[in-house]
Order: sequence, then C-alpha cells, then structure tokens
Amino acid sequence: MHRLYVIPTLVINAAIIAIPALLTIMLAFYRWDGISSPVFVGLSNFESLWHDRVFWTALTNNLIWTVIFLTVPIAMGLLAATMMLVARRGSTFFQVVYFLPVIIATAITARIWQGMIYSPITGIFGLLERYGLEVANPLTQVHTALYGIAVVDLWHWWGFLCVIFFAALRQVPQDQVEAARVEGATFFQLMRYVLLPGIKPTIMLMLIMTVIWSFLVFDFVYILTQGGPAYSSEVLSTLAYRSAFYDLAVGKAAAVSVVISMFGLVATFFYIRAQAKEFEE
Amino acid sequence: MTNSESRITLTITYIVLAVLLFITLFPIGLMVLNALKPATEVVSNPLALPTVVQWDNFSRAWVDAKFARTLMNSAVLTAMTIFLVCTTGSLTAYVLARKKIKTWKIVTFYLLATTTAPIQLFMFPLYFGFARLGLINNPVAVAFVYTAIYSPFAIMLLRTYFLAVPKELEEAALIDGATHWQVFWRVMLPIVSPGILTVALIIGLYSWNEFLIATTFLQSQDRLTAVVSFFLLSGQYSTDWGEIMAAALIIVLPIVVLFVALQRRFIEGMAGGSVKG
Repeated sequence: MHRLYVIPTLVINAAIIAIPALLTIMLAFYRWDGISSPVFVGLSNFESLWHDRVFWTALTNNLIWTVIFLTVPIAMGLLAATMMLVARRGSTFFQVVYFLPVIIATAITARIWQGMIYSPITGIFGLLERYGLEVANPLTQVHTALYGIAVVDLWHWWGFLCVIFFAALRQVPQDQVEAARVEGATFFQLMRYVLLPGIKPTIMLMLIMTVIWSFLVFDFVYILTQGGPAYSSEVLSTLAYRSAFYDLAVGKAAAVSVVISMFGLVATFFYIRAQAKEFEE
Repeated sequence: MTNSESRITLTITYIVLAVLLFITLFPIGLMVLNALKPATEVVSNPLALPTVVQWDNFSRAWVDAKFARTLMNSAVLTAMTIFLVCTTGSLTAYVLARKKIKTWKIVTFYLLATTTAPIQLFMFPLYFGFARLGLINNPVAVAFVYTAIYSPFAIMLLRTYFLAVPKELEEAALIDGATHWQVFWRVMLPIVSPGILTVALIIGLYSWNEFLIATTFLQSQDRLTAVVSFFLLSGQYSTDWGEIMAAALIIVLPIVVLFVALQRRFIEGMAGGSVKG
C-alpha cells in the first residue's frame, strides 16, 4: 500500500501547521496570556483591533508594501531580464551576481544596510553628512522608516524575480521571435507583442505571490526598526509577534494573525487556481 | 536574438546591467571592506581602504558570537532538516506524481495552501504548546517545524522529477516481482537523486538563514544558531562594526562559495518551486 507513503508528511504538517492554525483561529475569540486558562470573550479582540490606531497603521503599511512590491521589483526584474536577453554575453555572470542578495541571511542584510549605509556614524549616510549633504537616517524618521526598510527588502528581493523572468523569457518559442524579426519588429515591439505575452503566466504567478508575501513580511521590519519609531513602520506580522511575546496578549495576536490570513486567503485562491492548470497535465 | 541590435542598444543595455551590478555589489563590498578595518577607521570613512588589515576582527567575532558553538548548532539543525525533508518529501512526491484521482489533488492543493500560510497563523499555539512539552530550545523540534514549512516546496519540486520517470520502468520492475518499496527505493530514488540534491541545497540554504523561528524557539545561549547569534552580537553588545561585518562574512562566505559552485542547481531549483526565502 504505497499510498501510505504520504503519512509522515501529513502527520508533521498536521501537528505543526494545521492543528496550531485551527487553535489560533479559536484563540482569536479568547483572552489568554499564554499561561493561565483562556477566557472566552467573543468578538472583543476584533473590536479592540478596530479601535486600535496601531492596527490600522500596520494594515496600511502592509498595503503600501504590497503596492511597492507589485511594481518596483517586478519592473526591475523584467528590465534586467530583457537586458540580459539582449546582451546574451555574460548573462550567467549577471544572473549569479543579481541572485547573491537572495542567498544572504536577512539578519545579515539588515545589519549591513543599518550599519554601513543608513547609520549617521559608521555608514555612507554619515559620510555624506560630513561632506555637507543633509541626509537623515530613514529608519529613525516617522515618515520614512517604512520606505527605508522597503529599500533593503527590494535590494534583497529583485534578483530573484529577475532570474525567474529570465528563465521564462528564454522559453518563449524561438520561431515566434524569428517571425517577428522577419516582419521587421523593433525590440520594443518584440517585447510588447511576443515576449511579454509569452511570459504572462509567470508574471501573473509572481504578482500573486507578491501579494501573499507582502502580508508575511517580518524579518526586515523586526530587525531594522521593530515597528518604530512610534509604530510608524509597524506591519501586521510584527504587531502580532509583539502582542504575543511582549504584551502576552495571545488572543489579540491570534486575531491579528487571522486578519493576515484573510488577506492571504484571497491571493492563495488565485495562486492555487494558477497552479492547478499546471497539474492538469 | 539576432545580431540586429544596434551598437547604441547594446551600449545602453550594458550600462543598465552594470548599474544594477553596482547596486547589488555595493553593500556586499562594504561588508567585505569593513570586515578588514578597525572600528575607528570604519567610523572615519566606510569607503576607505584599510590602512592595516585587521585580521583580529575575525578572531574576536569568532569568540564573541560563540561561532565554535553556534555554527555547529546551525549545521546540525540544517542537516536534520535536510534529512527529514528529503525522506518524507520524496515519499510524498512519489505518490502525488503517480496518482491521478481526486483525493490526491486535494492533498496537493492543501500542501500548496500551507506554503502561503503566515507563520504567525500557527506559531503562537505551537510556541506555548512546545513550552508545555519542554520542547523550547530543542533543535530536533525546530527541525520538525522547518520540515513542515519547507516540505510543500520540496514535494512540488520533487514531483516534477518523479513525473519525468517513464511509467514502464516501474511496471517492468513490478512484473519482475519487486515490491512497491523496492521499486521506490531501488528504481525511483536513484533516478531522481539529482532532484533530491537540489532540494537538499535549497532547504539547507533556507534553514541556515532562517531567523523568525530560530530566534523564537532557540533562545538559550548554548542552542543559538549562527544567524541569531550574529543578530544578538550586532544588536546589543557591540558597536564595533569591523567585528560585526567580520562575523557576517563568516556566516555568508560558505554559502556564497557553495552557491557560486552550484549556481545552476540553486537557481533552477528555487525558480522551480517559487518560494520566497
């Protein structure tokens, strides 16, 4: 009975993900400090979120984050991928270098940017300031903290998209490209009418994944600003984490997690539908 | 593309690629450069070359981040995760590649859905549950958490390798009297071993670099992973950025060497499963 081979995977998955996830959904309706026994409070966790300014800041920040990541890295990735297609020579080299930030641990990337670039004492920003250029550390300003973090994640992330798009572009049927060439299409026409439509499924998939990931962002925010200053760069995942482990408001943390998951759920639906096509073969 | 691209197009292309190259390498270059400098020189100018190379940064980083211990912890945790993911994952991928009926589709979609679940959706009950069972600071328990999180990705990738194996091969083995287990172990696994190696590399990379789970579940001094130890070193105790960058380099260097040597496998594997690290 080799169908039983799936059991280890499913047991581990149920114990680590499925059952705790169901417990989280239950906990969202309880008040719990993680130690004493939970008290059922109905919808009051969600109600207090509704009146919580930090929650709305965090939600807005996640939405801003989504917009940034749906545009900037996708555009950078597509640009670099098509340029590599034009250049042809050295594409392996460019790919490997562009991919390097993806393989460096987030904690290390965060510290390099924090200490070597943004810092007014040890960083490039400090150096510029000494040359008389007025640049403030973006991570310490209420209005720029989120964008300061986003730049770091962009640097870490766009190379992945570039490599994915490049791989997809190379699979566009050569005869289509040749045909367009024979018809005398310029490079931009070729891009618009042959290459981009050819990799549309890949672009769509990356857009869907971007929406999902934008609601999961945690590492860079937690390491660079911990949601500060004055909660200005708080996102839902750091809010949940802080509520659970610093304030011991596990019920509130669970409620925030449920909200994150709701946003993810919509995107997940499209993700699975897109992937389902692939499984039809 | 044909050679009809004009000189100007090519020049612009290479300029764009070079600018992106600079953006990518600049922070990495700063890490390497300043890892070799004493703290005072970092402060005066992060861009300047070191007057004397400060190799001492590496030995101090090694001691302060307790790398003898924490790198070992990371290696053990990574090895356990790779082992668990590859064994359980290849079994599941084999079944999912061979079964076409509806139930298996549901399993597949369920696994896909869990790859998109936020860690916060299951982390809090897991943490307090582990605390009650005495599993906090237990690397084996964390290896199981990683396995649950990374398995769907590994399974989807391995499934494509199993799909590529012709059915006739299995049928022939079964006719010759092999059991299902023998078919899997003796026939299928050797054929898909390149896929397993790819999965091992990528899962290894993810576990080595992982931050959120490691910092939450492994907090006692003798259980820290290298990345978390680096995080603590750079956060509280030290303002010596020469030393901090040296510590960063110690963690990053083995990964970069491995990546450059096996880049094709890494890139194809990560693109194949599409999971953000």
